[in-house]
Amino acid sequence: MKHFISKPFITGITLLGLLLVLAGCGLQTSPVADPKGPIALIERDLLYTAFFIMLIVVIPVYFMVFWFIWRYRAKGGSGEYKPDWHKSTIIEVFVWSIPAAIIITLGYLVWTYSYKLDPYKKIATPENTINVQVVAQDWKWLFIYPELGIASVNELAFPVDKAVSLQLTSDTVMNSFLIPALGGQIYAMAGMTSELNLQANEIGRFRGRNTQYSGDGFAMQFFDAVAMTPDEFDAWVANAKSQTRPLSTVTYDQLAQPTIGHDVEYFSWVKPGLFAEILKKYARRPETTLRRHAPVTTQPACEGDTPC
Amino acid sequence: MLGRLGLDSLPFYSAIAFGGASITVLGGLAVFLLVTYFGKWRYFWDEWLTSLDHKRIGIMYIALAMVMLVRGFVDALMMRSQQAISLNNDGYLAPEHFDQVFSSHGTIMIFFMAMPFLTGLINIVVPQQLGARDVAFPFMNSISLWLTAAGAALVMVSLVIGKFSTAGWTGYPPYSGAEYSPGVGVDYWIWALLVSGVGSTMTGINFVVTIIKCRAPKMRLMQMPLFTWTTLCTSLLMAFAFPALTVVAAMLGLDRILGFHFFTNDSGGNMMNYANLIWIWGHPEVYILILPAFGVFSEVVATFSQKRLFGYKSLVYATAAITILSFSVWLHHFFTMGSSPNVNAVFGIATMIIAVPTGVKIFDWVFTMYKGRIIFHPAMLFTIGFLITFVLGGVSGVLLAIPPADFLMHNSTFLVAHFHNVLIPGAVFGYFAGFQYWFPKATGFKLDRAWGVRSFWFWIIGFYLAFMPLYALGFMGMSRRMERYDVAEWQPYLIVAAVGALSVLIGIFCQGMQLYVSIRDREKNRDLTGDPYNGRTLEWQTSSPPAEYNFAKIPDVQDIDAFWDMKQRGVAYAPSQNYEDIHLPRNTGIGVFLGGLGFLIGFAVTWYIWWLVALGFLGVLACLITRGSQDHTYEIIPAAEIEAHEKARIKALEAHKPAPGDFWS
Repeated sequence: MKHFISKPFITGITLLGLLLVLAGCGLQTSPVADPKGPIALIERDLLYTAFFIMLIVVIPVYFMVFWFIWRYRAKGGSGEYKPDWHKSTIIEVFVWSIPAAIIITLGYLVWTYSYKLDPYKKIATPENTINVQVVAQDWKWLFIYPELGIASVNELAFPVDKAVSLQLTSDTVMNSFLIPALGGQIYAMAGMTSELNLQANEIGRFRGRNTQYSGDGFAMQFFDAVAMTPDEFDAWVANAKSQTRPLSTVTYDQLAQPTIGHDVEYFSWVKPGLFAEILKKYARRPETTLRRHAPVTTQPACEGDTPC
Repeated sequence: MLGRLGLDSLPFYSAIAFGGASITVLGGLAVFLLVTYFGKWRYFWDEWLTSLDHKRIGIMYIALAMVMLVRGFVDALMMRSQQAISLNNDGYLAPEHFDQVFSSHGTIMIFFMAMPFLTGLINIVVPQQLGARDVAFPFMNSISLWLTAAGAALVMVSLVIGKFSTAGWTGYPPYSGAEYSPGVGVDYWIWALLVSGVGSTMTGINFVVTIIKCRAPKMRLMQMPLFTWTTLCTSLLMAFAFPALTVVAAMLGLDRILGFHFFTNDSGGNMMNYANLIWIWGHPEVYILILPAFGVFSEVVATFSQKRLFGYKSLVYATAAITILSFSVWLHHFFTMGSSPNVNAVFGIATMIIAVPTGVKIFDWVFTMYKGRIIFHPAMLFTIGFLITFVLGGVSGVLLAIPPADFLMHNSTFLVAHFHNVLIPGAVFGYFAGFQYWFPKATGFKLDRAWGVRSFWFWIIGFYLAFMPLYALGFMGMSRRMERYDVAEWQPYLIVAAVGALSVLIGIFCQGMQLYVSIRDREKNRDLTGDPYNGRTLEWQTSSPPAEYNFAKIPDVQDIDAFWDMKQRGVAYAPSQNYEDIHLPRNTGIGVFLGGLGFLIGFAVTWYIWWLVALGFLGVLACLITRGSQDHTYEIIPAAEIEAHEKARIKALEAHKPAPGDFWS
C-alpha cells in the first residue's frame, strides 16, 4: 500500500510546492503586505505586531503538543505515567496569566489604534484634502467631485500625498468599499452616509472593490484608485471636463441601471446636490448620518439641472 | 390554487440544476425503494421514527447530519472547482448559480450538518453521563428532531422545486428583501431557519432542564463530566440565542410577504438592525457549535491519555466564561459599518478576552497529555489535529478582532479561512472525534480503526491545503463569494485550495468506507463489555448499546470521573438486588407529524399557497390536542424483566470483564 501511493503522492506534493513558490512572489507584492498609503501601512503593521505577540503562546503550544505526544505515547514512550496527576497551581497561574497578559497588551493596541485609524478621522488640513462623494450602484462605483463639479465611474483619481476624504452612500443594496493597498473599509448603505479617509504616498493604480455580495455583477464590481502627480491630476480633471456628457438627473437614472463590468466613464458636469438627492430617495424622514458630527459637504453655488 | 408554483419552477433551465435535482430525487427514491423491498417500513416506524428514546433520536440526528455533510460538501467542491478555473472566464457556474451554492453551503453546514451532529451526540451521551434514564422532555425531543429534519428537507426541496437563496447564509437585507430578491429562494431559507430554529430552541430548553433536574441524585454540578458541562452551556446559549434568530427571520419574512419595512432601504427600514439582530444570535451560535466539541475533546483526551483530566475547575470556569462573553461580542461582525471608535474598541477587546479562557482550555488539554499514556485512537488523532490547527484559527480570530486590521481583511478570503479554521478543527473534528469515540456505545460494535486513521489524515491535509491559500489570498485582496476574477496571481492558490477540497473528499470517502467495513464486520467487533476504552465517565457503565432504560439502578456518584472511581473501588459491576419497575415514555408518531406539518407550512408560505398554510396550522392544532388528550404516554418495564436482563448481562460480563491494563497498549 505504502509503495503504491508514495510515488504519485510525492510528485503531487512537489508540484503543489512549486505552484506555491511561483505564487509566493504574488504574496510579497500583494496589496496588504505591500501597502501604498499611510493608513494601510499602520493597519498592516498592527496586524503583524499582534501576530508576533501571539507567537508567545502559539510556539509553546506547538512545542508541547509534539513533545508530549512523542514522549508519552503508549507504545514506546519514555515518559513516566502518573494517572492521577490532575492539578498544579503553578501551571494554572501561568495558563491564565500569560494569555491574559497578551490580551491586555493587544487590548491596549486595539483601544489606541481604533481611535488613530478611525475611518472618519480627517488625516490632513482641508487645503490638503480632496473631497469625493461615492455612490455604490449595481454593479459599479460612481465618484462625484463636488468641488470640481465632475464625476467618474469606476475610476477614483486623486493627487498623490493628498488626503482623500470619501463620503459614501449606496443607491442599491449594502456595499462595502475597500482599496486593499490604501487600507480602510466602510459599508455604503442607502439613505445613509458613511465616511472614509485615505491617502496614497506612491504613484500608481490600485485595485478597489465592493466586498459585500450584491448580486450577479458582484465579482466584476471593481474600480481603479489612481494616485497621480498634481499635474497629471489637473490633466485628468481637464479631460473629464472636456467630455460631452453631464451628470443630470436623467443621465444619473440611466447610469443607475444595473450593469456588469461597467467601463470607466467621465462626466463633465454634475448636478449640484445630486448626492443629497440620492440620499433623500430613501428617506422620507430627515436624512440620517451614521454619526451626529458628520460634516455637511458644501455644494457649489449654481442651481438647477443644467450646466452653469 | 398553487400560488407561485408552476411548471417553470422545475429545474429544466440548466443542466447543473437538473443534475442536482435528479440526484436528490433519485437518492430519495432509492432509499424509499430499498426500505420497501426489504419490507422494513413497519420496523423503521415502530422502532425509529416514532421513538422517544434519546439514544435513537441521537442516532437519527447524526444520520441526518451525515447526509447533509455530503450535500454541503458537494457545494464546497463546486465552489472550489469553479474558482480554480474561472480566471478571466465564466467557469461552469453562472453567478446566479454560484451564489445559490455558497448560500446553501453555509446554511446547510451550520444548521443542518453541525447543529444535528452536536445535538445527536448530546442526545446519545448526556443522559448516560448524568446517570439518567432519559431526557427531561422526551416527546419535545422528538419534535425537535423532526422540526430540524423538516428544515433540512426544505433546503433539499429547493434543489428540485424552485431555487435556493442567493443572499448567503446570513441573508443580509436589503439584498435579501423582496425588492432585490423577488424569487422563492430567500423564503425557503427563512422557513428552513424558522422551522428548525424552533427545534433548536426546544433542544436547548430540554437539555438545560435535563442537566439541572435529572442528574443522578448524588452528582454535584462540579462532578459532572466536561461534555455535560459544555452541553449545559451550549443549551443555555441555544435557549437564549435562537429566539433572536427566529425573530429576525420572521421580521424579514414580514418584510418580504406582507410589505413591512423593518429592513428595507426606504420607508424608515434599516438593515443595520438586521445586522445586529442576526449576529446577536450568530455569535453565540459559533459557541453553540464549538462548546460541545470542546466537551468531546475533554473526554477523549483524558480517556486516551489514560489519565485524569487536568484542570477540571479551570475548564469549567473557562467554558462558563466563554458562554457569558459570547453574548457581548456580536458587533465584531461589522466593524466596518461605521460605528465610532469607542464602540469598535469595546467590542474588539471583548472579543479578544474570549481568547483567554480558550487559551486556558488548550493548555489544560495539553497538560492532560503530560504524564499520560497516549493511545492514538482516531478520536485522539482528531483531537491532536484540533489542538495544533485550532490555535491558528484562534490567532487569525484575534487579528480580525482588532478593528483597524479587520478593515483590511473584512469580507476577504482571509475571513473565510479564519472561520473555517475555527469551525473545521474546532467543531467538525470534535464531532468526528465524538463519533469515533461513542460509536460502540451507540451501536454495540467498534469502528474500523484503519479507515478512521486514513480519514483523519486526508481530512487534515485537505484542510491545510484548502484554507492556508485562502489566508494568502486575503492578503492579495481577494473577496469572498467571487465566481470569477481577473487577477492571474490568485489562480495557483485557488488550484491548491481545490486540491485540498479533493483531499477532504477522499477523507469523507474513507469515513464512508469505515462505516461500511465496520458494519460488515460487526460480529467481529462487538463491544461486549460496554466499556471498550477503559472509560472514566458514567456512559461506559451501561451496556453497548445501552438497555432502553440505560441504568437498572441509578448509579451512586462519588467523584468527578464517577465510573473510573467505581472501578477503582471495585463496585462498578456489583450485582444489585431489589430492582424496581421503570417508567419509560411510550413511542408516538406525533413528533413526525408535527415535523411534516412544519415542512408543509414552510413550503406553502414559500410558494404563497395560503389554504395549505391554514390547513398546516390546523394540523398542528390537531396534533397538540391529540397529544394533550392521551392518557397512557408512559409504559412500565416490570422489575422482573429488568432483573432477568441485568443478570444475563452480568453473566456475560464475567466472561469478558476488562482486566486492569487489558487495553490496546
